[in-house]
Amino acid sequence: MQRVITATVQNSSGVLNRITGMMSKRAFNIESITVGTTETEGISKMTFVVEVNDANKIEQLTKQLNKQIDVLKVNDITDNSIVARELALIKVGSTSALRAEIQGAIEPFRARVLDVSRDSMIIEVTGKPDKIEALIDLLQPYGIKELSRTGVTAFRRGKQPRQVQDMAAMNN
Amino acid sequence: MKTQTEMKTSKAERTLRTGADLFIESLVDQEVGTVFGYPGGAVLPIYDALYRAKNPFQHILCRHEQGLIHAAEGYARVTGKPGVVIATSGPGATNLVTGITDAMMDSLPVVVFTGQVATGVIGTDAFQEADVIGLTTPITKHNYQVTDLKDMPRIINEAFHIASTGRPGPVVVDIPKNIASEISGEAYSSDFELPGYQPTIKPNPLQLRRLAEALSKAEKPILLAGAGVHFADASEDLLAFAEKYQLPVTTTLLGLGSFPGEHEQSLGMAGMHGSYSANMALYESDLLINIGARFDDRLTGAIQHFAPDAEVAHIDIDPAEIGKNIKTKIPVVGDAKEALNGLLARDIECEDCSDWIEKVSRNKKDSPFWFERSDDLISPQWLIEELYKVTGGQAIITTDVGQHQMWAAQFYQFNEPYKWVTSGGLGTMGFGLPSSIGAQIGRPEETVVSIVGDGGFQMTMQEMAVIKQYNLPIKVIIVNNEALGMVRQWQEDFYEERYSSSLMTENPDFIKLAEGFGVKGISVSKETDVPQVMKEVFDYDGPVLLDARVQKLDKVFPMVAPGKGNHEMVGVKRCKE
Repeated sequence: MQRVITATVQNSSGVLNRITGMMSKRAFNIESITVGTTETEGISKMTFVVEVNDANKIEQLTKQLNKQIDVLKVNDITDNSIVARELALIKVGSTSALRAEIQGAIEPFRARVLDVSRDSMIIEVTGKPDKIEALIDLLQPYGIKELSRTGVTAFRRGKQPRQVQDMAAMNN
Repeated sequence: MKTQTEMKTSKAERTLRTGADLFIESLVDQEVGTVFGYPGGAVLPIYDALYRAKNPFQHILCRHEQGLIHAAEGYARVTGKPGVVIATSGPGATNLVTGITDAMMDSLPVVVFTGQVATGVIGTDAFQEADVIGLTTPITKHNYQVTDLKDMPRIINEAFHIASTGRPGPVVVDIPKNIASEISGEAYSSDFELPGYQPTIKPNPLQLRRLAEALSKAEKPILLAGAGVHFADASEDLLAFAEKYQLPVTTTLLGLGSFPGEHEQSLGMAGMHGSYSANMALYESDLLINIGARFDDRLTGAIQHFAPDAEVAHIDIDPAEIGKNIKTKIPVVGDAKEALNGLLARDIECEDCSDWIEKVSRNKKDSPFWFERSDDLISPQWLIEELYKVTGGQAIITTDVGQHQMWAAQFYQFNEPYKWVTSGGLGTMGFGLPSSIGAQIGRPEETVVSIVGDGGFQMTMQEMAVIKQYNLPIKVIIVNNEALGMVRQWQEDFYEERYSSSLMTENPDFIKLAEGFGVKGISVSKETDVPQVMKEVFDYDGPVLLDARVQKLDKVFPMVAPGKGNHEMVGVKRCKE
């Protein structure tokens, strides 16, 4: 199963290396990782999507992350109500004849065309990973020349549904 | 208030200070008494400052960087204080890697300072440049590179704090040469704040209550003591707790000495070469209380057969160890001493466990560690027993890795903590001799015996020069079976006696070697000579190397074969009344 883990870290040199090194040493499979600064200077936030097959392993991961000196806070937010977004840039082969068709196809995804050349166009899309997957599937027949995804970054929503809050209280 | 002259001198002194001087001052502030070090290009400024400071602390020059780090580990193990190492950049640092990993696996507080090429050439493959941070990240509790002199005093304080608190471990500080040479008149703050590092010391009372409840209901309880008991200095508390509730106690390899080996409730070491009584007690128990052990695979055997009927309670200062290998019902995160005192404070009404105690005691009595004595040759196990007698069980024992290590663990009774120095998790050959140097320097008044094999001794034997140079009265005993005995044993049992590269048929003359180092060498090969020779070794005021030619084919038993459960031990002998 895929789990979404966030870690708030001190932005010291080597912190990313230390964390990814720990994950590879302990055989965790990282699907994606995003890192960026936060509202507080010197503090960065990392979002990992990892593939794990049992609950014990995910507990191990959060504990090992917490153990790192530069890590301030770790959350497994998979089961929370979250906002998760990823950005993808997709270069699709397209002749002028197909351009309008492609534009029509991507519109429901609220994707944008960033660049058009004679035989290709670049599309930007933001959303949950499954939405991006769906768009990629849709564009596949036109010929995807290049694809780049940022990986997921995620937050917990400001308000958690009651059920989830109760669960959290039970775990404390 | 300072007088004007005082202020002038202090200002004048300040302007003269280099980064290396600040470094030395920081170590003095940390009350470092001994440093294990080896000079080289990138640490020349540090060695110069050391020279100018006129011996602010003892500096022990080992003969190889691996010697430095193992000596620092031995020092840390017997004193509880961080071992401190200085090595140069590049090969100096890479030679430390094995020992740093060893310290990481066995949670030893070690602070390692490595030189580094100047910041301006980092990343250019400069002479003697190695990526120390990259190399040591997976094998340290934390590491730092000093890139600005003003950070150095803070980083050094943090390094000592991190290495020696919580679950101890090695910390590396990489210091570029230009930072060490930089001249500064400033006084930099050494204050630090580590918001991401707050080890839990006080256990959660709720979990302690659950543990107390489990104990009150248990009919077959057992305690498993690991090295965490040593780090928490909780041996007395463990003894009080075990005696109060009449609990049988087994230990891990590294937990030996945390509970008196000769105590009637002691079952000795558990695991692959542990005692039958300890392994069966673990297997049959209904409550297993683990105090500061990490359920290593050499302890558990096949985990599906490990303590199958037991509720597991685990006290550990490192939450990541709880539930890592063994499913744990009662997690207690905190310091072992705090947890034991928390439990001692409760008066728990226990079930009558006399049947269980009787069974466990019977196993202990009927199936002790055993060996067969030969008529003439020296049995290695018997040699360890003799050593135990002649030292009155009071010596600090360091070992290498292999058969002699297991025999030392089985046949030397450790009744006190901090007297057993061995490489557990990593199983590092070459550990025995250099770690004895650190142990003797850390506890100069104690008798230190280094039990090594003929194989492992040859991995770090250059450190004999250090024993001679500082006249350390270490007794080095080579349990010489002219083989890599444990490898040979496995080849005999699991590889149909194909002794591939495990027989050391061309060993050097260890006596001449000792003499070459200026150390007294004695050889013994007959059992009847051993008492006299032992007396000679221990009466001699100074270092001695004893080449003990033992029976070559002895194997370590009993044994849990790889992949088997602890209850499937082989080589168990029953004594008949």
